[in-house]
Amino acid sequence: MITAVFAVLGLTGVLFGYRFLRGPSLADRILALDGLVATGVAALIARSVQTGSGSFLAVAVVLTFVNFISTSTIARFIDGQGR
Amino acid sequence: MTAVSHLLLLCGASFMLLAAVGVVRFSDVLARMHSLSKATTLGLVLVLIGGAFGLRDSNDITYLLLGGALQFVTSPIGTNMLARSTYLAEGIHHDVDDVDELADLWSVDEPGA
Repeated sequence: MITAVFAVLGLTGVLFGYRFLRGPSLADRILALDGLVATGVAALIARSVQTGSGSFLAVAVVLTFVNFISTSTIARFIDGQGR
Repeated sequence: MTAVSHLLLLCGASFMLLAAVGVVRFSDVLARMHSLSKATTLGLVLVLIGGAFGLRDSNDITYLLLGGALQFVTSPIGTNMLARSTYLAEGIHHDVDDVDELADLWSVDEPGA
C-alpha cells in the first residue's frame, strides 16, 4: 500500500514538474516549485513511516519553512521587477 | 493501526495529486494558486496525521505537529503575497470577478494608470 503512495506522489511530482518547465509566467513556476517541495515533504514522511524511524522529520519541517521563505522572496522580487 | 496510517497517507497523496491536476489544467495563475494552496495543505495535513499514526513516537509526533502548524501558517501568507504581486504585474480578468478591492490602491500608487 505504501508503494501506491509513492506512485501517486511520483505522478504528482511529474505534473508539477510539467507546470514548472512550461509555466508562462514566473508566478506559475514558483507555484509549481511550491507544490514540488510539498510533494517532497509528503514523500519524506511516507518514507519515515515505511522505515519506522523519524530521523529525517526535522528535514520536513525545515523544507516547509524554506518553501515559505523562497515563495515570499520571489513574490517581492516580482513586485519590484514587474513580471 | 498501520492500515489506518497507510490509508491516511494514500488519501493525502491523492489530494496532492488533485492539486497537481488543477495546477496543470487551470487556465489562470490565480486559479492555479487556488487549487495549489488549499488542496496541498489538506493533503499534507492528512499525510502528517497518517505519519503520526504510523510512527507513534512522541518526539516524531512533535515534529509532525510543528510541520503541520508551519504549513498552516505559511501557506496562506505566501500565496497571498504571490497573488498580490501577480495582480500588480498582470491584473485580473474582470469577466471572472467583478469585485476588485485593490483597484483603489493601484490608482493611488500610480495616478492615471
